[in-house]
Amino acid sequence: MEISAERSAFYQELSRKIRILILVISFFPFTLTTGILFYRFNLTYTEKIQAHISELVQKHTQNIDTFLSEKLGNIRHLAYQLENNTQPPEQFLKTNLELLETEYPDSFTDISIVNEDGLQIAYEGPFNLKNADYKNSEWFQNAMEKPFYISDVFAGLRGHPHFIIAVKVRLSGKDHILRATINFAGFNSMVENIQIGKTGIAYILNSKGQVQTKVDIRINPSIIASLVDYKNPENRTIIAEKQDPAGNKYLYAISTLKNIDWSVVFRQDVRDAFSDFRKTQMLTLLLLVVGCIVVITVAFTLPRYIVKLISSAETKSEAMNRQVVESGKLASIGELAAGIAHEINNPVAIMVEEAGWIEDLLEDEALKETGNLLEFKRALKQINTQGKRCKEITHKLLSFARKTDSTINDVEVNEAIREMVSLTAQMAKYNNVSIGTKLEENLPFVRISPSELQQVMLNLINNAIDAMEKTGGSLTIETLRSHAEKKHIEILIEDTGPGIPKENLERIFNPFFTTKAVGKGTGLGLSICYGLVQKMGGKIEVSSQVGVGTQFRIFIPFQDDLTENIKSEFKTTIL
Amino acid sequence: MKKIKLLLVDDEKAFLDTITKRLELRDIDVSAVYSGKDALSEIEKNKSVEVILLDVKMPEMDGIQTLVELKRKAPLVEVIMLTGHATVESAIDGMKLGAFDYLMKPCDIDVLIGKVKGAASKKRDHEEKITEARIKEITERRV
Repeated sequence: MEISAERSAFYQELSRKIRILILVISFFPFTLTTGILFYRFNLTYTEKIQAHISELVQKHTQNIDTFLSEKLGNIRHLAYQLENNTQPPEQFLKTNLELLETEYPDSFTDISIVNEDGLQIAYEGPFNLKNADYKNSEWFQNAMEKPFYISDVFAGLRGHPHFIIAVKVRLSGKDHILRATINFAGFNSMVENIQIGKTGIAYILNSKGQVQTKVDIRINPSIIASLVDYKNPENRTIIAEKQDPAGNKYLYAISTLKNIDWSVVFRQDVRDAFSDFRKTQMLTLLLLVVGCIVVITVAFTLPRYIVKLISSAETKSEAMNRQVVESGKLASIGELAAGIAHEINNPVAIMVEEAGWIEDLLEDEALKETGNLLEFKRALKQINTQGKRCKEITHKLLSFARKTDSTINDVEVNEAIREMVSLTAQMAKYNNVSIGTKLEENLPFVRISPSELQQVMLNLINNAIDAMEKTGGSLTIETLRSHAEKKHIEILIEDTGPGIPKENLERIFNPFFTTKAVGKGTGLGLSICYGLVQKMGGKIEVSSQVGVGTQFRIFIPFQDDLTENIKSEFKTTIL
Repeated sequence: MKKIKLLLVDDEKAFLDTITKRLELRDIDVSAVYSGKDALSEIEKNKSVEVILLDVKMPEMDGIQTLVELKRKAPLVEVIMLTGHATVESAIDGMKLGAFDYLMKPCDIDVLIGKVKGAASKKRDHEEKITEARIKEITERRV
């Protein structure tokens, strides 16, 4: 059915509104939920990562602390032994260095004794440093002021970076320093021995922000300087995020050592530290995008589907409304017709009687002489004829309006049709119309009034013959189990007449609508058919093409069980 | 043969006037009234009425009601129902209540006369039979 422009615009507007509604009610909670979840996840995950790194760095710091405490303990113990030593100092140092190397491999490089003037009086180690003078060395001055001292890393006389542990001892009543150099390479590997991710590195800074381990070229000096501020008196690990001048973001974990004013710094590329998180982020984003695509797809397809359903429902409802209006119209016209029929018969009867009276008077001998006698008689006959025609019309009207008590029977449609075809055969022949039938065998019985079906068929056949009376043609009547309507028998009455123009097609079931010449049709035949078929619980449809012909389709419902029952009864009877 | 005495009952005066003239021309003794009430008083006054042509649809007292009263007052008078109402039902109702036949307006004068004659002859037969029965009864008593 063609949809008007106004309705089309309405559907478009409806579609647009549904689309907006879907988008709003989908996107708002969708993005809100995703956003909140994402934010919460981000927060939790960051905290988790930081806690993890913090814990690892804390443990690592503890390891370094333990190492330094242990080494300090070793040297202090050695200092105590030295104070009570009777051996020559070189011998003592040699024996004990060997012992320490055995006990703690790669921990000590050398060991020596420095007198109060800074002169190294005894030395055991790989370098030739006996009698070296440390009087002006920073470490010596610091060491002389404290019972023990761990130095920063320095190059010293040997020209290699190293640091020392110095413990004050009393030898021959004078202060001396027992000094041990920590194996720098070993210490360095221990500090660096923290593996987190691909980019995690660790190093040590002193209180001045100088790196105390091997300087990694990746470490940016400006960042190192800024890390000095992160001193933590409570020995807690501090987490900070810094960006280098190149724009790379790093996550820093800083933890302070107990025995020395050094900080263990751990650095990891933020991208590396949060790589799993980034993957989750990407996945979430992907899901968000997929979700959005789904929502948009639904927002564009669903309204179309809904509008289609609404449109189809409206079309059906309109068709039903039209049928209801049609039925209502028929009913009211029926009542009107009955009233008219009652009233019109009386004046017609008077007219006919008056005409009869004139006829009677014309029998008078004197009047028989009048020249126009024949004309009078003809006119009176015409009045009589037309009076009878009026009577026929009113009788048809009344039969249309009357509620028939026609008995309902199980009817074999084909049989009823054959009967009607034989009744009209003569008339068809006279009008040069050939009637053909194509009746499907073993059709189910229908429970209707047989005379009503015959009336319907007769009206349709007569109409078809009337339509083809000038040109002749063929009329085909077909019966079949309907494919269009389940559990319905379909009767097709198809003619090759001139067809019905579109403007008339919608009105042909209206009472009093006729295209036949005046006096030929009452315009009630098809509306009677319409009413009767509706009464049968069926429907009648018409399609026509001007110049090709007209097709009426009647659908009459049947009940399967009814047919089966009748057939089985029939079989029983035969048996 | 004795003229048939016919009473016409219809509210359509024009119809009655014309048909009265036509029937009189055909040798029928016609009297006409225009309502059911008038018909009842007429039948009281004029006992010679043999056949009544009674319209079904009339104001106040309709044909069926009139028929019932008429049959009560003059059971032997034959009634032909005349109707513009083409329903078989009203005619059948009338027949059940004792009407002789029914006719639909407009009707052919010859058909009408045929039916009137049939009704009159039935009435006369009936009366004759009653008379015979009475004579027989009287004769038997005397014997």
